[in-house]
Amino acid sequence: MGKTASEQQLIIEGAGCASCVGKIETALKNTHGVDRAEMNFADRTVLVSGTAETEALITAVESAGYNAKALNDSHGSDGLDEKDAADWAYYKKLIRDTVIALSLGIPLMIYSVLIGEMTVETTTQRIVWLLVGLLTLGVMYFSGRHFFVGAWNSLKNHSANMDTLIALGTGTAWVYSMLVVFIPDVFPLMARHVYFEATAMIIGLIDLGLALELKARGKTSEAIKRLIGLQAKTATVIRDNKEVHIAIDQVLLNDVIKVRPGDKVPVDGVVIEGHTSIDESMLTGEPMPVGKAQDDEVVAGTLNKSGMILFKATRVGKDTALAQIISMVKRAQNSKPPIGRLADVISSYFVPVVMIISVLSALAWLNFGPEPALAFAIVSATTVLIIACPCALGLATPMSVMVGVGKAAEAGVLIRNGEALQTASKITAMVLDKTGTITEGTPKVTDIILANASDEKPVLQLAASLESGSEHPLAMAIVESALDQDVELLKIEGFNAITGMGVEASCEGKALLFGNSKLMAKNEVGIGEYAEKAQTLAKEAKTPMYFAVDGQLTAIIAVADPIKSDSVSAIKRLQANGTRVIMLTGDNKETAAAVANKAGISEFFADVLPEEKANKVQELQEQGEVVGMTGDGINDAPALALADVGFAIGTGTDVAIESADITLMRGSLHGLADAIAVSKATLRNIKQNLFGAFVYNVAGIPFAAGALYPFFGVLLSPVIAGAAMAFSSLTVVSNANRLRLFKAKDH
Amino acid sequence: MMINIVGLAVIALIIWWFWLYKPEQTITDSNEVLIEVKNGVYSPAAIQVNANQSVTLKFLRKDESPCSEILLIPTLDISEQLKLNGVTQIHLSSIPQGEHVFHCQMQMYRGVLTVVKEES
Repeated sequence: MGKTASEQQLIIEGAGCASCVGKIETALKNTHGVDRAEMNFADRTVLVSGTAETEALITAVESAGYNAKALNDSHGSDGLDEKDAADWAYYKKLIRDTVIALSLGIPLMIYSVLIGEMTVETTTQRIVWLLVGLLTLGVMYFSGRHFFVGAWNSLKNHSANMDTLIALGTGTAWVYSMLVVFIPDVFPLMARHVYFEATAMIIGLIDLGLALELKARGKTSEAIKRLIGLQAKTATVIRDNKEVHIAIDQVLLNDVIKVRPGDKVPVDGVVIEGHTSIDESMLTGEPMPVGKAQDDEVVAGTLNKSGMILFKATRVGKDTALAQIISMVKRAQNSKPPIGRLADVISSYFVPVVMIISVLSALAWLNFGPEPALAFAIVSATTVLIIACPCALGLATPMSVMVGVGKAAEAGVLIRNGEALQTASKITAMVLDKTGTITEGTPKVTDIILANASDEKPVLQLAASLESGSEHPLAMAIVESALDQDVELLKIEGFNAITGMGVEASCEGKALLFGNSKLMAKNEVGIGEYAEKAQTLAKEAKTPMYFAVDGQLTAIIAVADPIKSDSVSAIKRLQANGTRVIMLTGDNKETAAAVANKAGISEFFADVLPEEKANKVQELQEQGEVVGMTGDGINDAPALALADVGFAIGTGTDVAIESADITLMRGSLHGLADAIAVSKATLRNIKQNLFGAFVYNVAGIPFAAGALYPFFGVLLSPVIAGAAMAFSSLTVVSNANRLRLFKAKDH
Repeated sequence: MMINIVGLAVIALIIWWFWLYKPEQTITDSNEVLIEVKNGVYSPAAIQVNANQSVTLKFLRKDESPCSEILLIPTLDISEQLKLNGVTQIHLSSIPQGEHVFHCQMQMYRGVLTVVKEES
């Protein structure tokens, strides 16, 4: 399938003479996927275009006897500055065109309304109207030339567009008027009317509409501009033990980068020195700064709040998470949900159909209209051409998607495409994986109930020392808890894991046992009333374990994977919106019931093997539900792909993110409710736009053709039609812009 | 009567010109096609390539209207922002046979890439 070609720049080392250029270029051109390779000998860089991977290019250069390094793309401005400048220049041109056209159109309008008839009856009137006609021709040339050139080019291409309608409408009015001026006797007396004011006004109003639409369009891409604006422009890199300030596109993989408090993290990497807290809210929506120390990952575009850190660059240029998010959001903003397809089909036939209606309308007036039938025919044909607005139809969906997807990204929700956006608004059942989705995903010690001991710390020290020999996740939670409390682990001897029961070992001459009731019974350790306490803990979705020293029960230590602090409120939000929430877990029924109960979920599937997750999604779909599936692990990938909408928790694995339709950049489940809320708001907005555009055209075209004339004697002026057309697409863009005020988070 | 005949002839002309006429296609066996985006149209707007032929569509956008900014090829799931006064390349390989319409967001700019079975 299609793949977008990219350009890559390599820095070449060891190219000492101009003859090297040919060798290097040939080596690169012979590489599979390379379309073009051009070396700049002056700065020892080579620009390669095609689909080849960077590694393949580097290998090719190396095989030619030189060294190469990738010089990565800058996503600093992403061409936005140039785009803004171009848009501004076009806006100024449109405003200038508007002023020229309306300078003639408005006085003519005032004259026609307040002072006199625009008819050609005397020689003086012919001369005056001839001059006005020539001035109008000037307006058509200076302010409306782009419509005529566009229309002519489309016509040559056997296609028709907005320009075709405007050029035909204004052109017809002008040609008719000039014919009246030159050969008035050919026309009946009542039909000797000129429409120069209509031509000038329509061109002016449509130019004004385009200018205002351009401004409004700029606002629809604010979210992507904000994301692009997050990218740092420069980085402080340590090279040869010196700090060097370089442009962001000069940062190479494995460069060591220094980030001071208040600085933005320039590229993705791993902390190698120092500790700090980093504000990631701009990417994840998570308001609390996140602590970072050695081996923690840092992400480009986030803000260093407190300490100074050194980190090693692991992803640069277009590979950083921020660059990929920008690219994904841009792609999604340009994609269309299925709801827009009907409008697309209509748009593609629209202009020729309107031209046909215009001819039919003229024929109807000429055959059945009152006198002056010819003048009525010209007015109605022109008005039909001018009032029809395919732009409003064409813009209805993409403008809302642009704002909606951007709005979601601001809330930390990445929507892959328009289809996912639309389906998310229809979700009736949300399946949540338990571990890592509802819960933190990392078991922690929750309770230590002492039996024959008075102090927790020595108990934890012995238990953790014993468990340090085990690789079980629960054992790791106990060791982790001890290390968190700065408890030193002791040396153990004779470690033995007893399958299905627990572990045993000795430490400083003491015999240690750690495990379930079976292990205690086997070793004749009495647990007495503590059995009941253990049961209570189990009902709270915790895993209780007995710890005995020298044959005597010393403590019960309970471990649990805690529910995320805001999972309960997020699930409540989903349920309040009428979504059926279902939990999926591999845990046994008791633990599943306890977690579900705690999370406020009444439906759950327990004992689900990883490969069965997709089957459960299918079962729900067969019940008629539109299913959203949320997960974070590799095992979830098939279920995410099968669900109507797959949601991946962004803190999870890349596999899950790739198979998901929507990615939540922070771990909170509130992202689900946010995603559904923003999808619903966007779809509502699209429907309003489509409804408005359809109603406008369906009602406007017959009105312009004179459908009301037989009943009320009213025929629409082409000038009013021009104003209506110009502002119909502006209305669509402005309505889409209302989405910018939408607040997804009400938690 | 005459005016009705003229009117119907105009309608017939519209139908033929915009819907029935099959414009001449630019047939290319080159790996690159330069498509100019200017004055409301893509030029050339009808391109024919052979199946299994890799092709790079190079869009040179000279039209400053924002309508021309986005290029969509829905059947190939491609959406690209076209650089103003610059070339945006879209590399396509293994393109399915058939017609792949490319257009702007509002479908006012339209073109078609036809992929035909390679003649032996």
